[in-house]
Amino acid sequence: MKLKGIKVPHKKHTANCPPVRLPVPKLVTIPMSMHIGRPAKPVVKRGDRVLVGQLIAEADGYISAPVHSGVSGKVQKIDEMTTSMGFKVPAIVIETDGLQEVSETVTPPDVHDLNSFVDAVKQSGSVGLGGAGFPTFVKFSFNNDANAADAVVINAAECEPYITSDTRTLIDRAEDVFDGIDMLKKYLNIKHYVIGIENNKPEAIAKAQELAAKTDGVEVKVLPAVYPQGGEKVLVYNTLGRLIPKGGLPLDVGVVVINVTTLAFIAKYIQTGMPLVEKCVTIDGSAVKEPKNVIAPIGMSVGDLIEAAGGFKGEPAKILYGGPMMGIAVPDLDAPILKNTNAIVAMDEKEAQPPKVTPCINCGACLNHCPLRLDPRAIARAYKLGEAKDLQTLCVDLCMECGCCSYVCPAKRHLVQTNKLAKGMLREYQAKQKAKKEGEK
Amino acid sequence: MSRLISTVSPHFHRPRTTRSIMLDVIIALAPAMIASVIIFGLRSLLVIADCVAVCIVSEWGFEKICKKENTVGDLSAVVTGIILALNLPVGIPLWQAALGSVVAIVVVKQLFGGIGQNFANPAATARIILMTAFSGTMTSWAVPQPFNMTPDAVTGATPLAMMAKGETESLPSYLDMFLGNTGGCLGETCALALVLGGVYLLIRGVISWHTPVAFIGTVALMSLVCGKDVLAQVLSGGLMIGAFFMATDYASTPATKWGKIIFGVGCGLITILIRFWGNFPEGVSFSLLLMNILTPYIDKLTRSKPLVGEVDES
Repeated sequence: MKLKGIKVPHKKHTANCPPVRLPVPKLVTIPMSMHIGRPAKPVVKRGDRVLVGQLIAEADGYISAPVHSGVSGKVQKIDEMTTSMGFKVPAIVIETDGLQEVSETVTPPDVHDLNSFVDAVKQSGSVGLGGAGFPTFVKFSFNNDANAADAVVINAAECEPYITSDTRTLIDRAEDVFDGIDMLKKYLNIKHYVIGIENNKPEAIAKAQELAAKTDGVEVKVLPAVYPQGGEKVLVYNTLGRLIPKGGLPLDVGVVVINVTTLAFIAKYIQTGMPLVEKCVTIDGSAVKEPKNVIAPIGMSVGDLIEAAGGFKGEPAKILYGGPMMGIAVPDLDAPILKNTNAIVAMDEKEAQPPKVTPCINCGACLNHCPLRLDPRAIARAYKLGEAKDLQTLCVDLCMECGCCSYVCPAKRHLVQTNKLAKGMLREYQAKQKAKKEGEK
Repeated sequence: MSRLISTVSPHFHRPRTTRSIMLDVIIALAPAMIASVIIFGLRSLLVIADCVAVCIVSEWGFEKICKKENTVGDLSAVVTGIILALNLPVGIPLWQAALGSVVAIVVVKQLFGGIGQNFANPAATARIILMTAFSGTMTSWAVPQPFNMTPDAVTGATPLAMMAKGETESLPSYLDMFLGNTGGCLGETCALALVLGGVYLLIRGVISWHTPVAFIGTVALMSLVCGKDVLAQVLSGGLMIGAFFMATDYASTPATKWGKIIFGVGCGLITILIRFWGNFPEGVSFSLLLMNILTPYIDKLTRSKPLVGEVDES
């Protein structure tokens, strides 16, 4: 069985650009929600002086993540901000002093067994850096005495157009990645490691293969550059032939999946104790003057970032967190870089204009390109008719919103958007069914 | 600074549009149109122009009256007009061709909701209606006669009619049938031109091979089984235009791979049934219409199973 996908233009213009460190901006705005789960709780207050690597907000509950400062300076205010997803969350605004004084709390953590390793990962503030932003430590929190997992898939596929930050991780920091593998071997007791990477990154592949040859149990799996190769379900299937069940986790099929940059970060954290406070970000798109990779403190505004990286070419019309297939449009130039921001793509007026939507001609391109074999055409029809039960049969909740259907649609219909709305309708229906069932009991 | 545009992902789209697909179909039909002029004379062009013009005006007029968005720009009405014209005999009175075009666009397409919503193939249905209403002119087959502008040309029988009557000795040669030098509708006789167009559509990814291969393959196989002249059956009648251009219509045929194969096999079987045992010498249009009716069921039956994996349903 082969999973379907699409060929998208790669646009990896920045693959040969080692990241450059940007000067510290005057102001950073650090939102308390840069992960999946409960927002973090601020532990600093207005007027406090903070240092690089200092904890400024602690995790709230189990699925949450602590937040640290990437700059030294003074807390100007703790304000409410609207995220690109439309939620309101508190954000700590820090006025920087340019000294970049490092906090004395930044010391290598004491790691000697699984528990201390998981705890260190938790304290590091690490979240999935590939884009999902799921707190990393949760992935490692399982008892492996019963062999719950026997393989780790390291996601270096980077199938989105433009983005090259993971590619750069493998080229510039492959040693960190392999240090990370050694740590996972030691603490998670898993022997089999697969680095999944698309075949359009020859330099990164060569580096990974060179180091893999010297390491036991590491396999570099070169995959065709077919989007969405880096989707968790797709990658696990294409590397190990295991299909993650609907609503399940990789662990259900004995796999731990970790993004290559996340792994490199964890290795570095265990060695130095510097938490997640800065990110390598690809800056590209038709409205960017000088496409490049940069390292910027988390919380730096998109506007400052692009200004410092060479500025805009004309007026930007649309700016994305991430790539053009699954990226999220930011509301304005003040939007900050988040932990899971791996690229900023700025589009000019021409590229940003949404194409005209025309009637569905029933060509079947959507269903013939869906990696998970859904029928977006039938889903759209069921949604329009309000048939929640049909949505259940059509498994709309399986959709990972990769965007293949919308991309190939000649009528430019908003299929992903409809799927998202249909998922909501199905959730409501299922909740009602559940309540009804419980009422009968 | 003006506000940034905020839309849901994806922010990239492939350049393909409905209009560019229809344009490809028109390009693919060009060889057949040129062949029709060479074979049946300049009046072919007149019939094509008539059908295309009336299709465009009907679509525009209907949408104007119903206050719907004008969709003439997607070129689908042009495609319908060309395909319908290619399914008519060269000598057809222009008003009859025009009536057929109105039926195709207004009755078959627009009354069911416009592009993508029609359950039946507009050209095939219009051809059947014209055949029932004007069986005289619709079965008056002009003998190939280039550069002829008069509608009352010399008429003769189509190869299929000859075969149906058992007059196999007067059949044209295979080469003539392949080049289209026989009696028949404007665009159905020249297999060469239609295959050329079909290959273009395959290369451009507008159609997939499943339907034409299943359709033509079934007709060939059944002809062989029934002891008929396989090559003559495949090369004559509306099979080529039907298999490449009409059985591949998006709106009225299945979208799944297996659905397309079932559709093609079904069309082939019905065509054979009508040709060998029916009252009409040709059955491609009927087979299309009958299979069009089954399309929603075939689509549902052959829908691929979502990759849910092994889910514990407890």
